[in-house]
Amino acid sequence: MTASSVELAGVAKDYGGHWALQDVDLTLRPGECTALAGHNGAGKSTLIKLIIGLIRPTRGFVKVLGENMAASGSTRVRDQIGYLPENVAFYPAMTGEETLAFYARLKRQPVSRNSDLLARVGISRAGSRRVATYSKGMRQRLALAQALLGQPKLLLLDEPTTGLDPALRQDFYEIVRKLRDEGVTLLISSHALAELQGQADRIIIMNCGRKVADGTMTDLRRAAALPVRIAIRLAESLRVAVNDSAHPLASWTPKDDRNYELSCLEQDKAATIQALGSIPVALADVEVTQPGLEDIYAHFLKRVDE
Amino acid sequence: MSTILVIAGKEIRDGFRNRWVVAATILLAALALTLALLGSTPTGAVKVSPLIVTVVSLSSLTIFIIPLIALLLSYDAIVGEIDRGTMALLLAYPVSRGEVVIGKFLGHLAILAIATTIGYGAAGLALVAVSGGFDAAAARAFAAMIGTSIMLGSVFIAVGYLVSAVVRERSTAGGIAIGVWLFFVIIYDMALLGILVADQGRFLTAGRLSWALLLNPADAYRLANLTGFSNVAMFSGMAGASAQAHLGLPLLIGALTAWTVLPLGIAAAIFSRRQL
Repeated sequence: MTASSVELAGVAKDYGGHWALQDVDLTLRPGECTALAGHNGAGKSTLIKLIIGLIRPTRGFVKVLGENMAASGSTRVRDQIGYLPENVAFYPAMTGEETLAFYARLKRQPVSRNSDLLARVGISRAGSRRVATYSKGMRQRLALAQALLGQPKLLLLDEPTTGLDPALRQDFYEIVRKLRDEGVTLLISSHALAELQGQADRIIIMNCGRKVADGTMTDLRRAAALPVRIAIRLAESLRVAVNDSAHPLASWTPKDDRNYELSCLEQDKAATIQALGSIPVALADVEVTQPGLEDIYAHFLKRVDE
Repeated sequence: MSTILVIAGKEIRDGFRNRWVVAATILLAALALTLALLGSTPTGAVKVSPLIVTVVSLSSLTIFIIPLIALLLSYDAIVGEIDRGTMALLLAYPVSRGEVVIGKFLGHLAILAIATTIGYGAAGLALVAVSGGFDAAAARAFAAMIGTSIMLGSVFIAVGYLVSAVVRERSTAGGIAIGVWLFFVIIYDMALLGILVADQGRFLTAGRLSWALLLNPADAYRLANLTGFSNVAMFSGMAGASAQAHLGLPLLIGALTAWTVLPLGIAAAIFSRRQL
């Protein structure tokens, strides 16, 4: 087990009577890509700002790369952190190259590597233009370029794909995969759940400042205990009255005389499908629908609302 | 240290790019040249160096214009960056909040220093060229005026930062900055004058008045220029006042320095505690 890059214990954050975060425990490890999901105002950005040290926790402690972020001498550790803020803003009068050079100097990095970085995110031709003329997508790419300055060990990306078109999103996740394989710790917040599904090793769901779920996709599916929907179509209709208890599909919901549906738990799925063999007529089709991240997400948020 | 210089360098480049430096230089040069060339006309008969005349008239004008430029430069420095969202990214870098405040301050001070030195310096050189004679003592007084003008600017940049660190809205900062300007440049002296007249020297004695003048950076600047050099004091009619006020040049310079360091320190402390 490698040492953790980020460690939060019992963290709470109070914004003048409003608790933006409560009782959050979190450990992030190198080479792990974690997705942070939740509504707007669920505490995703607050959590990321606590990790980078922009704000201090009201309770609990935040330790990043071995440093306590509440301590005043914690600025040096940011040499090794890349941050892409939500709704990133740059100085409009500076060009893309000047912007990147400014941030590189603050991180004590050689400016000579910047042109490679601009090429990597695909805006090298716009580098000499003022940032004020950039489109939202170009600004987002510049934001990613500055986050990658100095090969950070920890990358915190707050809504990184807003404003990127689908092709650019693919490029973006390509870069993310490469970084993860190099052992970078990644934390990506987003509400675009469908695109996170294939990218993240681990998913954290936040709601009203609390962590309501944390684990791999399989963990979450099991924890949510969401029903699996099985639909079958028979080759010919059964000649048994539906309300007869001897009916082999008595527990199923008939759609018509040949189509039936059943919702069962994840762990009963295999047994249910096996039992289909005892039906006296042939099956024309079987369809199994597993809950997606959207369903799991909705489930966890509902549970807290209740 | 290098972090502070990187931030200061960025502010200076911004100042050149958004024409702040050019505009302030032209404004100061135009005012100084106008006063220098118009104001020196009647001095031929009284045998006073035209530079000295200009120190008196220009320092009186500087009290109004330099604090205004300084406050306009600075009131937006912190609250504006927070508002536009650039501060969040800047502070995510290995940069302390104190370094941000000091770096930006040095950048803004450099902008003001460049504009003042070039603007007033050009006027001074033009005056020497026109009048022909060069008086070393007068030149020293003129150079001291440029130096103290920059110090006066640094006071109001620091005060502007304090305002900028405290308030939540940029418009509030702008309003308070105008209030600060009115108070120190106009209201304070009028109030002192009113008290002097009403009080007839019972409470506000000469000694207490000196301290009251030290408490206003604009008055400290005025006294430094009008009484700090004997040749100027003679001409400005302040020779008597300078003898009474017992405020030497070092004390006045010290007051201006304190008026820079204290507000800037408080601004940095408040900004360090501020939630983003």
